[in-house]
Amino acid sequence: MSFLDFITANWRELIMLTREHIAIVMLSTAFAVVLGLPLGVLLTRVRALQAPVLGFANVMQTVPSLALFGLLIPIPFIGGIGARTAVIALALYALLPVIRNTVTGILGIDPKIREAADAMGMTGAERLRLVELPLAAPVILTGIRVAVVISVGVATVAAAVGAGGLGTYIFRGLRQNDNNLLIAGAVASALLALLFDLALGQIERSFTIGERTKRTSRRIIGLGIAGALAAVAVVGGLLVSQANLGRAGELPASGERIVVGSKDFTESIILAEILTQLLEGEGFAVERQFELGGNLPHDSLLAGKIDVYPEYTGTAFTAILKRDPITDPEVVYRETAGSYEREFGLVLSPPLGFANDFAILIRGDVARLQRLRTISDTVPVSRDWQAGFGQDFMSRADGYPGFVRAYGFAFARQPREMDLSLTYRALAAGELDIIAGNSTDGLISALDLFQLQDDRRYFPPYEAVFVARRDKAELLRPAFERLRNAISTEEMRKMNLEVDGNKRQPREVAAEWLREN
Amino acid sequence: MSESRTIVSFRDVAFEVAGVRILEGVNLSVARGETLVLLGESGCGKTTTLKLINRLIEPTEGEVLVNGGSTMAVDAVELRRGIGYVLQEGGLFPHMTAAENVGLPLRLAGRDRALIEGRVAEMLELVGLDPERFAARFPHELSGGQRQRLGVARALVADPDLLLLDEPFGALDALTRAALQQEFARIVRELGKTVVFVTHDLHEAMLLGSRIALMDKGRVVFLGTPEEFAASPLPLARAYLETVAL
Ligand SMILES: Nc1ncnc2c1ncn2[C@@H]1O[C@H](COP(=O)(O)OP(=O)(O)OP(=O)(O)O)[C@@H](O)[C@H]1O
Ligand SMILES: [Mg+2]
Repeated sequence: MSFLDFITANWRELIMLTREHIAIVMLSTAFAVVLGLPLGVLLTRVRALQAPVLGFANVMQTVPSLALFGLLIPIPFIGGIGARTAVIALALYALLPVIRNTVTGILGIDPKIREAADAMGMTGAERLRLVELPLAAPVILTGIRVAVVISVGVATVAAAVGAGGLGTYIFRGLRQNDNNLLIAGAVASALLALLFDLALGQIERSFTIGERTKRTSRRIIGLGIAGALAAVAVVGGLLVSQANLGRAGELPASGERIVVGSKDFTESIILAEILTQLLEGEGFAVERQFELGGNLPHDSLLAGKIDVYPEYTGTAFTAILKRDPITDPEVVYRETAGSYEREFGLVLSPPLGFANDFAILIRGDVARLQRLRTISDTVPVSRDWQAGFGQDFMSRADGYPGFVRAYGFAFARQPREMDLSLTYRALAAGELDIIAGNSTDGLISALDLFQLQDDRRYFPPYEAVFVARRDKAELLRPAFERLRNAISTEEMRKMNLEVDGNKRQPREVAAEWLREN
Repeated sequence: MSESRTIVSFRDVAFEVAGVRILEGVNLSVARGETLVLLGESGCGKTTTLKLINRLIEPTEGEVLVNGGSTMAVDAVELRRGIGYVLQEGGLFPHMTAAENVGLPLRLAGRDRALIEGRVAEMLELVGLDPERFAARFPHELSGGQRQRLGVARALVADPDLLLLDEPFGALDALTRAALQQEFARIVRELGKTVVFVTHDLHEAMLLGSRIALMDKGRVVFLGTPEEFAASPLPLARAYLETVAL
């Protein structure tokens, strides 16, 4: 699909994501200013507070964004998933430039000016309003501008906690190996950053002393651009909700509401979509909280932010329950279901019918040329190979360390730890020689990759199931029964390929599967 | 008390910062309608003395009375609104036009716009700045002399009884300075203001002062009329007089 075709087909969603992005950035900046400006002023009055407050804001900025999002999830009221968490995290980031520039701006004013204000009989508040804030305005606005530009960038990461925004396209593009998505997301957010920068730059310059003639026109240009952005945020929203794309959670007022979550990869989204459409068919009001990164789905489920999401027994057993890997699928299912019930009060659905095991992958041509079939076959020839694994595989009990031990691998070079979806592309491009993917991944056939057989039965089984909160289990039971053993590995791989390879919407692919089954 | 002849008086005032004595045993009084000049070398404590009057700083010992009451007994903001003050240098707000700067004290007092406009024009005229040409200019668009005039206009606009001026004609060339001194003498005479005027220039002190207070190292070492000053046998006074005799 050409980029133009892509835009023609997806402009509504692109506008909606842009709108969400602008809304998140504007809201978080507003919070940062409302909080940071008075705090900055306070710091100029009570100098003793400067070190602790600026120190805190400094530390906030050094916390990696994804980690901050993760830390906020379990916090009541302000945390959780979705746009609210993103706004709070971004506001925390934006706080530092706002506070610091307020302090610098005010303290940088010539003491003579302040003395003149006092001598004239101004009260503290009058001095602030008439003298200090106007004179510090350019510096403060620079701080706000920096905060906004940072926010536009960090907001793309917010897609990982289900906040929406242009990051959704970037993450999806990485996952689905789709340059159109990547370019659309990246270019749109870069454009946003530039526009915000331009608008605030104009307003900022209008406060510079000696710019009297250009003052008003600058302010008009700046406010014009800012207004246009706000208009996109508002009008875009109306447009999109009228077009009935309906994702922003416009739910029927009555009826039980169920929030379905998903992990941040295609298969999880398709499964969540199938469940969602099934539930909608049964008349429930369903909210989608898809594409949650890392352990967020589990944390969100525990925190009550979502009600159900697709999981794999092996993941639940080893990564969440922290148990040692076992290879018998039935034992793993039974033990997981029991422990989930006891430890978390969570319920497992019946198995969906397929397993998404770890798949050790190499390039198809290499496999054919060197006649490699099993993992053991590759051990003698792999000394100089460059391995690359997702963060998940590197860190979990049934992942890299055990894997290397079980097969006696001795890689000369340290494996690259990188984003899982990128490892497929890197393998196909010859940058990597061996990766650990997922057995149902559509990219395996799309990119001509070869899955080595796990001849030592090292990897535990990863049967697909849904995990649900106990209070929603009764409502979900009919849907769970309908999906019991309903999806074969082959079907799952096909659906994944439809989305990853043929760039179709998970929504469509899920609907198609439901029609045919 | 406000009918009393004495507007300002210092009673055994001392001032110190971080344990260092800057003023010691200062006794002074300023009568209604007079111009008291504080004369002395750089660093002798003239600015410090001036700031004690509008309580930009507070005395360590003794008390400063304005209109008969201790400055410490009244609200600082109230006190300052009744006193015009011209800073040693600058002190104009760079983000405001000449008119806005001059009108600010009236704005703080809550006067209405029309009154402010008229009064500002009047003040600009008084200090010799044509409102047509200068009202809309920013301080950085004015010469040093014009800025000093503006400072004086701003100090006068709210019609305070008492004016404090800290070397208002400091960094100016001799001719401009002389012209401004003449005009200022005229204005003070016309308006009948009480003035405390800081300078280190004897000529200026003799021209403007009804009395001169000579300061040295934080103390007032002489207090009297210009004529008495000219006749003083004090070595510091003689040294000053020699500078003009040249
Ligand atoms: N805040 C302060 N902290 C410490 N020392 C100060 C402070 N303010 C003034 N001084 C000192 O007090 C002394 C008197 O200062 P002041 O400004 O009154 O001098 P001045 O007579 O006005 O001098 P000039 O003619 O140079 O303006 C100086 O020695 C100065 O260094
Ligand atoms: Mg001085």
